[in-house]
Amino acid sequence: MHVAIIGNGISGVTAARWVRKLSDHKVTIISSETDHFFSRTALMYVYMGHMRFEDIKPYEDWFWEKNRIDLVTDRVESIEYTDKSLKMKSGNDISYDKLILAVGSTPNKFGWPGQDLKGVGGLYHVQDLERMEEYSPNLKKAVVVGGGLIGIEMAEMFVSRGISVTMLVREPSYWSGVLPPEESKMISEHILHHDIDLRLGVNLGEIHDDGSGKACAVTVKETGERIECGFVGLTAGVSPNIGFLRDTGLDIGRGIKVNDHLETNQPDVYAIGDCAELTNPKPGRRGVEAIWYTGRMMGETCAYNICGKQVAYDPGLWFNSAKFVDIEYQVYGSAPAQMPDDMASLYWQHEDGEKSVRINYDKNSKEILGFNLFGVRYRHKVCEKWILEKTHVEDVLKNLGMANFDPEFYKEYEPDIIALYNKQEGTNITLKTRRGLDKVLAFLNR
Amino acid sequence: MKLLQTIGSILVILSILIFIGMLGLGTKSINLDALPGNNTHQTAAISQAINELDAKGKEVNHIGFVSLASEVIDKANEIQEAKFQQSGAPDGVGEWDFRFGGNVGGFKQKLSSTAKATGPVQSNPWLFFFLTFGLAIIGGLLFIIPKFAKSPGIKHDGIYHSSLTSGLKLTPRTIVLAAGIIGTLIYGFVKLNNFFWPLVTTVIGVLFIYFVFIKEKSKGKDPQRSASPVNTAWLGMLAGALLVGFYILLYWKPEYIQNWVSMVDPISEMLNGGKASRWFLYGLLYTIIMAVMGIRMLAKYQHNKYQRVRTYSVMFFQTAFAFLIPQMISKLNATNAYDNPIPAPDLKNMWPLDYSFFFNYRLDEMVANGSIGIFMLVWGIVLFVIGVPVFVYFYGKRWYCSWVCGCGGLAETMGDPWRQLSDKSLRAWQFERYIIHGVMVAAVLMTIGVLYTYFTGSYSILGINTDSLKSWYGFFIGAGFAGIVGTGFYPLMGNRTWCRFGCPLAGYLGLIQKFKSKFRITTNGGQCISCGNCSTYCEMGIDVRSYAQKGQDIVRSSCVGCGVCSAVCPRGVLRLENGSGDVATRTIEERTIHITEDMIYVKQDFS
Ligand SMILES: Cc1cc2nc3c(=O)[nH]c(=O)nc-3n(C[C@H](O)[C@H](O)[C@H](O)COP(=O)(O)OP(=O)(O)OC[C@H]3O[C@@H](n4cnc5c(N)ncnc54)[C@H](O)[C@@H]3O)c2cc1C
Ligand code: SF4
Ligand code: SF4
Repeated sequence: MHVAIIGNGISGVTAARWVRKLSDHKVTIISSETDHFFSRTALMYVYMGHMRFEDIKPYEDWFWEKNRIDLVTDRVESIEYTDKSLKMKSGNDISYDKLILAVGSTPNKFGWPGQDLKGVGGLYHVQDLERMEEYSPNLKKAVVVGGGLIGIEMAEMFVSRGISVTMLVREPSYWSGVLPPEESKMISEHILHHDIDLRLGVNLGEIHDDGSGKACAVTVKETGERIECGFVGLTAGVSPNIGFLRDTGLDIGRGIKVNDHLETNQPDVYAIGDCAELTNPKPGRRGVEAIWYTGRMMGETCAYNICGKQVAYDPGLWFNSAKFVDIEYQVYGSAPAQMPDDMASLYWQHEDGEKSVRINYDKNSKEILGFNLFGVRYRHKVCEKWILEKTHVEDVLKNLGMANFDPEFYKEYEPDIIALYNKQEGTNITLKTRRGLDKVLAFLNR
Repeated sequence: MKLLQTIGSILVILSILIFIGMLGLGTKSINLDALPGNNTHQTAAISQAINELDAKGKEVNHIGFVSLASEVIDKANEIQEAKFQQSGAPDGVGEWDFRFGGNVGGFKQKLSSTAKATGPVQSNPWLFFFLTFGLAIIGGLLFIIPKFAKSPGIKHDGIYHSSLTSGLKLTPRTIVLAAGIIGTLIYGFVKLNNFFWPLVTTVIGVLFIYFVFIKEKSKGKDPQRSASPVNTAWLGMLAGALLVGFYILLYWKPEYIQNWVSMVDPISEMLNGGKASRWFLYGLLYTIIMAVMGIRMLAKYQHNKYQRVRTYSVMFFQTAFAFLIPQMISKLNATNAYDNPIPAPDLKNMWPLDYSFFFNYRLDEMVANGSIGIFMLVWGIVLFVIGVPVFVYFYGKRWYCSWVCGCGGLAETMGDPWRQLSDKSLRAWQFERYIIHGVMVAAVLMTIGVLYTYFTGSYSILGINTDSLKSWYGFFIGAGFAGIVGTGFYPLMGNRTWCRFGCPLAGYLGLIQKFKSKFRITTNGGQCISCGNCSTYCEMGIDVRSYAQKGQDIVRSSCVGCGVCSAVCPRGVLRLENGSGDVATRTIEERTIHITEDMIYVKQDFS
């Protein structure tokens, strides 16, 4: 059996690795972007000089041959579902028995005037990075449009090279669609502290041509202010990369529609990762979740399904992480930007404005619901177990040290957090378990 | 801030130029009070040669003096040979106490390095100390202090854009390394006048290459992640050349560095009451570099207390244990004029890194010294027999390698800018395992030989000369590997080249860490984004990411527990921990891509 995979990102590669583990099927990965898998999440570090491109490739180049995974660098132009073949740009068409679509996303463009000028671009593909490199020498000023995770990364990249950055963010506070107000405010301030000119509540009006087809300035829609710049970064989110698949008989909504087993409406065709849209997402989850972790889980699940074991996709409890300049962010479970009425929240913030812990629980039952963490590391498995077991918030607090994952010698803030809870709720609980692995193991293996 | 840093850099460069340039200042003349020679016959021949060549009182510059010394000894050798041919050795004098034989080279070096130096350095040692050490310290601090003003966080911007820190391409790196090794082998053959051990070493080296390339099937799997694809670090090469040059002069050509030693005479006199030796110079330089670059670590890791505490620790152990305590003991010896001077070792160093611990002169020294000496002997043995297993069991080898050790301390301070250059490829790991364990076995065999000789008085076991093995180990491993490649290659192969590939003590600590220790690095559920920061900045070349992305805990014998992988991870995935509870299950491959209980159940169905 020949399993062909379009896309060599995390989801396609994970699927390939697991098909290899579980079977002897022939596996081919096709990508038009790079010869080898690399970590998309680490592109910024290459630009900033923290790593070389080689370093963000998680496997050495001989890995693929050793594991009998064939790599093809080419572009799939179209797919013939009936005779199961892929029409390639090079003309060397490929036939398949099972096909996995793992084609990822493309950066959004909202029809801004000037969005296709030279010196304008998003940050998604290696080619985007190359564009940034091309325009960086002698660049004095860049404008980044969009206040999400990629926007702040792009701003940080330019700042690392001494290029000044203005960020245009539509929301009234940084990433306020996802972060609760306190955290959003803290991060907004942190960004400002890092010499990034963060403009909140404004949109991009238009990008100006310098006469040679290259961007030279933008105007802010609301104020009409003109900002001169040599590069415009468009980072207003991403959407499933479905352009070449439209109107081919594949069921497409926002992304490629898949059922619980990640199957599309076409026989033997699966879709995973950023490009897939679940028809029945789990309660509280979205149909398209364009993040690294879900791509990886889908890849693994898909491989099981292809290798003859029906497994429904289950992403488990929601978790994610990111980093905003110097502040690390982790979330486990439920931490919405807007608190539902029945959710209570314990929010502790360090006076340095670089650390915070939010613990959400049910107002009535006091069951723990989620953790939102900035500048403090918590243990995934411990938080997850508490939430899945609907642990009482006070039991969680008493043992909060178990969750702490900061390095040795770091100050433990759990007593402060509990003191805050006692003050809020008029209780008198004390911390029983401090940081350390042994207690954690006893708890997890209970 | 930029201005201060520019001034700082200029001062450091200036101090290095003066440091090199001062070697040529002033003149030397033969010191008639300290002529080489094992006895009066040989010394007399040398005196005669000096007279015949009219070399007495001749003032010659430092470089010229080396040829003068060489001329004198050659002449003396001629004189002595002529006498020997004519009438043999005098009665009661052994042939080789009379003829120079293999001592010619040693005599030349001694005549040069005991010469009377005069010149600006000798008349103004403090001035030169200020112009070299002083300017370097001031310049270094001017460069470093402004870093404290930056906001805390990871400071890696531009590392791979800098020609000081970006590393070499694979081919030039391989060539430089091969040239270094072959050069050392050839020089060893010439210097020790011994063909056997260089040959044995070469054969072992070829065997290792065979094992890695053929047996472990590394042929054709050229590493991509080990070296720079585009940049070639010219400044790094220059820095490497300076370091290598320094070590060659220090270990093998001390006759050229008399001005450096004279410069620190007053400090030596203050600290231990005697004139400086080249080892005093080296100790002082080492301690100061670690202090200044330690401050740099403190500035770089303002946000990471583990890094700061660890840095204070290595700075303390270097300053107190490696440097000051031995000085104080020497001072005691000097002021009290003991018959048997108290040994003044570095009390935190231990066998087999301290490979001369069991050498006869050191054993004699300790045994001759009553209870203090016996304490030192017992302490040295207890350290590696009990200290290592117990501490490694509880905390991992990090307690030594990145908290106490001097070599580790230098690597973590001066070497930190180059930590990313460690080779992360599988091939490098395969070489590592053969080489480090090979050195470990060599250290043990060499020590057995030395002890055998100590107790039996015989210099030969199974036809192998214990003394030549000992000299070869000291030359090739002690000086060549630990010093020249170990430190000189920081800018080419990363800062832990010696610790990773060579150190026999690290090999021993590592075996215990691997098989019987609570220490490991845990990975935080499924949070890894495979970015590669951890692997890149692991100075031991461990591919940390390959574990983290599979949710696998890391138990590796080579991990020195520096904690940098954990510090640089942008997603908070890694934590150094002590606790052995479920280590057997958590190091299984591919355990937690799916972290929910349901999916684990599915996976078990499959395995
Ligand atoms: C800068 C940046 C930072 C990010 N940081 C994080 C983070 O911190 N945490 C997180 O969870 N997520 C992060 N993400 C999101 C995460 O990277 C994506 O969710 C993930 O990479 C998607 O993987 P994928 O395998 O689905 O698709 P992709 O990685 O996009 O792979 C799809 C591949 O398919 C190729 N392809 C598409 N069409 C064709 C065709 N017709 N023929 C041939 N090849 C084709 C594409 O060129 C691409 O190489 C980040 C994304 C970016 C861009
Ligand atoms: S694995 Fe981490 S702690 Fe161990 S040596 Fe490497 S960077 Fe240091
Ligand atoms: S640094 Fe962290 S996120 Fe990046 S590869 Fe290593 S463990 Fe994973």
